[in-house]
Amino acid sequence: MNLTLYVWRQKNADDRGRLEQYEAHGISPEMSFLEMLDIVNEDLIKKATEPIAFDHDCREGICGSCSQVINGVPHGQEEKTSVCQLHMRHFKDGDAIYIEPWRARAFPVIKDLIVDRSALDRIIQAGGYISSHTGGVPDANSILIPKDDAEKAMDAAECIGCGACVAACPNGSAMLFAAAKVSHLAMLPQGQVEAARRVRVMTEEMMKQGFGNCTNHYECQAACPKGIKVSFIAKLNREFIKTLGRSGKISSSVDRMADTLPSE
Amino acid sequence: MQFLIKSSVGKKLIMAITGQLMFLFIVFHLIGNTSLYFSWINTYAKHLHDLWPLVWIVRFVMITLLSLHLVFGIQLTLENRSAKPDAYAIKKSLRATFASKNMIWTGLIIAGFLLYHLLHFTFQVVHPEMSAKLNTDVMGLPDLFSMIVFGFQNFFILSLYIASLIALTLHLVHGLQSSFQTMGLNTDQTQPVIAKAGVIASLILLIGYASIPVVIFIGIVKG
Repeated sequence: MNLTLYVWRQKNADDRGRLEQYEAHGISPEMSFLEMLDIVNEDLIKKATEPIAFDHDCREGICGSCSQVINGVPHGQEEKTSVCQLHMRHFKDGDAIYIEPWRARAFPVIKDLIVDRSALDRIIQAGGYISSHTGGVPDANSILIPKDDAEKAMDAAECIGCGACVAACPNGSAMLFAAAKVSHLAMLPQGQVEAARRVRVMTEEMMKQGFGNCTNHYECQAACPKGIKVSFIAKLNREFIKTLGRSGKISSSVDRMADTLPSE
Repeated sequence: MQFLIKSSVGKKLIMAITGQLMFLFIVFHLIGNTSLYFSWINTYAKHLHDLWPLVWIVRFVMITLLSLHLVFGIQLTLENRSAKPDAYAIKKSLRATFASKNMIWTGLIIAGFLLYHLLHFTFQVVHPEMSAKLNTDVMGLPDLFSMIVFGFQNFFILSLYIASLIALTLHLVHGLQSSFQTMGLNTDQTQPVIAKAGVIASLILLIGYASIPVVIFIGIVKG
C-alpha cells in the first residue's frame, strides 16, 4: 500500500522544526511501523536526503525507546501497543499519517522524532529504588507477600519508562510514571521502609524536571503501552497523605538517602 | 505545612478538600433556596440572620476556601501550561473531556458569577428599587421573595444564571470525581462508580438550581 506521511523534522534542539510530507510506497501490511519508516528512510537516502531520525532499540515492545505520536496518539491508536509493535495492517492504502515527537518541556527534542527522556531517569535517581542491599534472591515464600499485593506490584513494575504518559498528558505530567514506581515498591516489604521519603522526593524531582501537575484527565492510562492504571496515581496520593505530619523525620532521611547514592 | 503548599500532590490536595467543602455549601444553599417554593424564604432568611454569628463564621470560612481554591487553581494551571509549551499538530483526546480540559475557564466563570450573585442578592445593588432592605412583606420581614421573583422575570438575568449553572455543572462533573482520585480514595473498582455518581450529583444540582429561575420566568411562581 501507499501512504502519505507528515513527519516532524527538526535539525537540533535549537531548530524550530516543521512537518514535512513524504510518500511511502510499497508498504506491506506485515511490516511494523518502524519497518515502514526504515523503507521510507532507504528511499530518502537514495535521494540524498537526510533520513528521518527516530529512537528504537529492542523492537519487541519492552525497551520503551520508540517515542512517536502517530495521528495524535502516543504509540498510535492501537491499545497497549508500542510503536514497534504497531503493524501496518491497521492502516489503509492512501492513509495520511502524522508523526510527531513526544512534546513536553521536560522532553527537549534532540532531532526529528528523538527526544531526551533522561528527566525520567532523574526522577528514578531521586528515590525510585531501595537504598540498602536486600540480599540475594530469597528462597520461595521465605518472605510472605499476599497474592494480590504481588500481582499489583507486578502490574506497576510493567512500566517501561517510555514517556507516553507525559506525551499524552495535556499538562505534561509524569505522575503515572512516578506512581508506577512508588506503588511498585510501596507494595513490597523491601520497599515499604523508605516509602514515605520516596513519594516525597520523586514527586518533588518531577516538578524540578519541568513536568506538570496531574489534574486527572486520565489520558496517560489510555496511552500507556503497558496499560498502567491511574489507580496507581491514587495509590501515590495515599502514600503522600500518609507522610503528612512527619515532615521533620522525612527531610532528614531524604538527606540520608542522597548520601547513599553511589558517587560518579 | 510549608511542604504541603510547595508539593504538587499537596497543592492538589488543597484543591480537592476546598472543592469538596464548597460543594457541601452548594448542596446546603440549594436546600435553603427551595424554601422559595413553599413561600418560606423570607422566614428562612429571618431565621438564618438571627444566627448571625454562625452566618459570619460560614462566610469567613467560604472566603478562605474560595481564595485557596482560586490561588492554587491558577498556580497549577500556569505550571501545567508551562510544562507543555508546544502543541501537537494533531492531538486526539482519549479520556480527557471538555469539562476536564476547561476547569480553569469554568472556574473563572463561576468566580465572576459569584461576584454578580452577591451584588444581586446580598448587596442588592442590581435592582436597588427592589432591594429587600427597603421593602417588607405583610409580616414586616425583608421581602426577599419579591426581589428574587422580580430579578428572574428578566431574560438577561435568567440567561446569565443558567449559563453560569452550566459552567458550575461542567466544573463539578470533572471536579467531584477528580477530588476523590486526588485524596487517594479511588481503586479500579470504585473509580467508574465515583465518576458516575459525580455526574449524577452535578446534574441533580443543575436541575435543582436552574428550576428556580426557570419556574419564575415562565410564571409558575408569581410575585
